Amino acid sequence: MIGKALNYVRSSQVWNSIFRHGIPRDRRTRVMAIMSNVFLHLHPVAVRKSGIRLSFTWCMGGLTFFLFLAETISGVLLMFYYRPVPEYAFSDIIALRAHVTLGLLREIHRWGAHAMIIAIWLHMMRVFLTGSYKPPREFNWGVGVILLVVTMLLSFTGYLLPWDQLAIWAITVGSNMGKATPILGMGGPFSDVLKFPGGVPMVTTKSDAAFLLLAGTSVGENALMRFYVLHCIALPLAAAVLIAIHFWRIRKDGGISGPM
Amino acid sequence: MPTSITTLASEAGHALVSSPAIDKFMHVVNYVSQPQISLPFFFLPLFILMLVLYKQWTRPAVSTLLFVLFCLGYFGSMAISTDYLSIIQKPDNVPITIMLIGLLVCLWMAFRQAAVNDERIAQGKPLIEETRDDKVLCWPDLVYTELICLLLATSILILWSYGLRAPLESPANPAGPPNPSKAPWYFLGLQEMLVYFDPWMAGVLLPGLIVVGLIAMPFIDTNPKGNGYYTLKQRPFAIAVWLFGFLILWVVLIVFGTFLRGPNWNFFGPYEYWDSHRQVPLTNVNLSDFFWNGKNLLGFGLNKPLPTNPFLREIAGIVFTIFWVFILPVLLARTVLRKLFIEMGSARFYTMAVLFVFMGMLPLKMVLRWVFTLKYFVYLPEFNLNL
Repeated sequence: MIGKALNYVRSSQVWNSIFRHGIPRDRRTRVMAIMSNVFLHLHPVAVRKSGIRLSFTWCMGGLTFFLFLAETISGVLLMFYYRPVPEYAFSDIIALRAHVTLGLLREIHRWGAHAMIIAIWLHMMRVFLTGSYKPPREFNWGVGVILLVVTMLLSFTGYLLPWDQLAIWAITVGSNMGKATPILGMGGPFSDVLKFPGGVPMVTTKSDAAFLLLAGTSVGENALMRFYVLHCIALPLAAAVLIAIHFWRIRKDGGISGPM
Repeated sequence: MPTSITTLASEAGHALVSSPAIDKFMHVVNYVSQPQISLPFFFLPLFILMLVLYKQWTRPAVSTLLFVLFCLGYFGSMAISTDYLSIIQKPDNVPITIMLIGLLVCLWMAFRQAAVNDERIAQGKPLIEETRDDKVLCWPDLVYTELICLLLATSILILWSYGLRAPLESPANPAGPPNPSKAPWYFLGLQEMLVYFDPWMAGVLLPGLIVVGLIAMPFIDTNPKGNGYYTLKQRPFAIAVWLFGFLILWVVLIVFGTFLRGPNWNFFGPYEYWDSHRQVPLTNVNLSDFFWNGKNLLGFGLNKPLPTNPFLREIAGIVFTIFWVFILPVLLARTVLRKLFIEMGSARFYTMAVLFVFMGMLPLKMVLRWVFTLKYFVYLPEFNLNL
């Protein structure tokens, strides 16, 4: 009965318009399944058997990407309930916890973020210990390092948004480092080197590296807006582009690494 | 530290298990976990043993025993100390526990396969990665593995989210900083470095060099061996340096910064109450004090007052820094590492050498701090330049 129904669906014009190949049972249709699907065609058609063992890759790169997707989806849903201004930010989080059905959104987003940091570190360790950064994969290793930085910045900018004590003081500690930037930070070495003609100092508390980050001299409403935009738009876009390059280069550089 | 012993004893009274022997044990662990004891005499030897005895400890029976021992110590401690319990249970510290366990499992997998591969190389047999060299189709072999991983990860993430609420403290109060104020846990290795360096080093220059160094790594490491398979024997130097940086200077410092740094960033043992009134005397002295002042710890020095000219005053530190960053690499290239220098070429060698001297500055400063209470090599508040 079910088999009949399935057969009917699979022979329908609708099904065949979506999947332009038969059930992946033989070599040809299995190849087609990968090649004719926009998502699956990230993969090569065939892979080395030793390369896809779990004990070799630990699946950590894939897990990082999965968590990026989970963060994107839960993040978009969170944006429905959150206003990035000091008057509302904290109370919106409280309301989210109290009133939103299946209120696990923030939990999934936060623990997913921490898990993503762990996964990306372990992925980097695996790539290092298998020597997979060596030629021809030098460039892709560099892209991976930038992705690591972007991931940590994503996590850092998101840390401010709940607007509780944990958030603003963690960000204060972090952004205080900006003040210490040599030459460009007010508290850093040689902060008085750059001068406008006439001897007016170029780097002040209202123009230094920390001010650029916070749009203010301390973590306030401008910093919240700035971190929100970075967290929800700029950094995810950067990550998405870099991920595309990273995946594309895996293919171009010879797939999952293995003994040459 | 009589106060901390009493608070310790009273706190231990609330724990599940308590006895004089356990109190004694906790006191000893609190004492030896100080960075100046545990880093050089526990973590460093452990790290070296991990590399030297990798064929022994990765045997399934041995590593299982070690893992059980680790779990007994790590989780069993929750029964004997409420202070430890509260640290481990803090929601934002839970990822650290997960990271540590993930790290142990992954290190085991890597070193186990390296041990097997190195054995096979010695016997002239093919590597693990070469034994199944035939290609398989992505559908179904890879796609299904990915699907299973995806489903597993989704269920674990949902269970984790269901079991543990995301932390939310009181609303932001720009006038009331908590003590201690901590950055997110993944940056606490950097915050821990602030003990030894000023923010421009610990928060800007060193993290920048970590990123630059990582990107430069494939161009510096010209060893063609060990590409695409686990091995230790074919690239011991690269693995030792990288894992020292990652495990000791990054992960261990994160654990210190999160678990063992309390109010005023003072050090507290794992079973110790975070007493915000603890006073730790600041006795650190600058290199210029050692150099000019005869009454210092070592008893040498010029026995003269500090000169007023800042550059003359800091001359010892300035000379040392120039030596360490600029002259040492050249000296190494000309003498001990001459062969390496010729093999690598000057651009590669000097990039590597400069990265190494900056990386080495952290352990160097740590040791000098612990042994001589050194504060700064160079102390130039005139330019905000303290090193």
